Amino acid sequence: MLFKPSKIASDFPVLQRKIKGKRIVYLDSTASSLKPQSVIQETVRYYEECPVNIFRGVYTLSEEATEGYENSRGKVAEFIGCPNSAEVVFTRNATESLNLIAQTVGRTLPAHSNIVSTVMEHHANIVPWQVISGEKKIPLRFIDIDNEGRLKLDDLEKKIDKNTAILTFTFISNVLGTINPVKEIIARVKKINKNTVIVIDAAQAVPHLKLSVMDLGCDFLVFSAHKMLGPTGVGVLWGKAELLKKMPPYQTGGEMIREVQLEKTVYNEPPYKFEAGTPDIAGVLGLAKAVEYLENIGMGKIREHEKELTVYALGKLQKLSAIEIYGPKEATERGGVIAFNLKGIHPHDVAQILNNDNICIRSGHHCAMPLHHRLEINSSCRASFYLYNDESDVDALLQGLENTAKFFLRKWC
Amino acid sequence: MDLYRDNILDHFRNPRNYGTLAGSATRVSQNNPSCGDSITINIDLSQKGKIRAVSFTGTGCAVSMASASMLTEFIKGKTSTEVLALQKEDVERLLGLKLTLARIKCALLPLETIHQALHK
Ligand SMILES: Cc1ncc(COP(=O)(O)O)c(C=O)c1O
Repeated sequence: MLFKPSKIASDFPVLQRKIKGKRIVYLDSTASSLKPQSVIQETVRYYEECPVNIFRGVYTLSEEATEGYENSRGKVAEFIGCPNSAEVVFTRNATESLNLIAQTVGRTLPAHSNIVSTVMEHHANIVPWQVISGEKKIPLRFIDIDNEGRLKLDDLEKKIDKNTAILTFTFISNVLGTINPVKEIIARVKKINKNTVIVIDAAQAVPHLKLSVMDLGCDFLVFSAHKMLGPTGVGVLWGKAELLKKMPPYQTGGEMIREVQLEKTVYNEPPYKFEAGTPDIAGVLGLAKAVEYLENIGMGKIREHEKELTVYALGKLQKLSAIEIYGPKEATERGGVIAFNLKGIHPHDVAQILNNDNICIRSGHHCAMPLHHRLEINSSCRASFYLYNDESDVDALLQGLENTAKFFLRKWC
Repeated sequence: MDLYRDNILDHFRNPRNYGTLAGSATRVSQNNPSCGDSITINIDLSQKGKIRAVSFTGTGCAVSMASASMLTEFIKGKTSTEVLALQKEDVERLLGLKLTLARIKCALLPLETIHQALHK
């Protein structure tokens, strides 16, 4: 199938919308992607056709809902290269998936352990570990980055040791766009300590490239549905079966039990052990449709398209002397995310002016304050691309940035 | 764009009272981590509690910088009691803007910092 962003864009109702008579240029898919009609339709279908609980009824409606929910689990498992769908746990979002790991694996770590993360993480992959580090009084260390925003791999040997219980890091940085060499990192870590549990924050990876948990060799991998064309309210935690089995539950209550007596409870098997209470059924069904949509287009094609757009955008942006761009210079090393600053203009002002033309970019610290401190900046602008974007969106961004610079500085330097 | 009225742009491009103060001025810095604005206010009070000199340095969006520039101009010569009585509405009046939720923190950071300096 030919990759045509304009045709793809026609599947997204919000892109048909006009604000102040102008089209929307959406460049913030890193924060949340837009949703295609098929995903929206699926959530509506659930509410119209079988809006009932799962696992609880023997009546047809409940059976249909349960079957749909479990089929979604299977689809998601397959999508991330996992042969055993019992390893896929549905949560609320990537943040909750990380908290789940921290509150179960993290909380049961032996004394003398340490945890290692990186300076490029989203707050969701820092704060849960700070909590554990504080409670258990164990060190939390951070791998540094180099001048182009790549992880300093030499730091692995310095920070990881025999007592490193967990290494948790992002596959793709939500600010720098850096695609970390996950397999190489895992291989190096396993040489130092084969017992270190590897957690991958794939919130920015699963939506944008083909990956396989079997191939990566990690122990846990997390992501959010809403960044991959799916509904808000659903996240995924993938974990190796033997680890999920050993972990204590995260939340307790209905669905996650096998048998409850007043004095004690026998927990259900994973993944149900980690899915207490009624989940976001419509959201999970919608996620399966999102996976279907992505697979129909092809993850390889999506990655290629984003790479081409990134090369195009970097080439244009780099020509502006008033701009500072963060992250790797080579598009092969980065996803479709570009963080930058226009010298002397605050990101909020840039975003505000771009909004006049419905150009949606993010401004601020993008939930990565430590990274901004490391870059010695307070905040940045961020534009990101997905399958529905094309060169006309980049051109609109460029034009908007030139307008912004003129507006505030009265000269384009 | 309404937010960037001419007076705001003018104060952003040519901030008044930008710089430090020599001597025994009180100096207070504050920042707004969520958007990365930071400001330092220098105030020199007379014996009678009047603002003899005031200046600021910092980085931030046009709204916060314009607010600092206008406020420092406005409070010069006023008494500390008068300045401590200033509120959000007074800043809105100076800027000629009704502040939106997204921008309220930016616009009020200079006033909060001035108040802190006067409490020192
Ligand atoms: C790298 C990364 N990790 C985690 C998250 C958190 O995702 P959510 O807010 O869906 O939990 C994000 C979202 O911005 C992200 O970019």
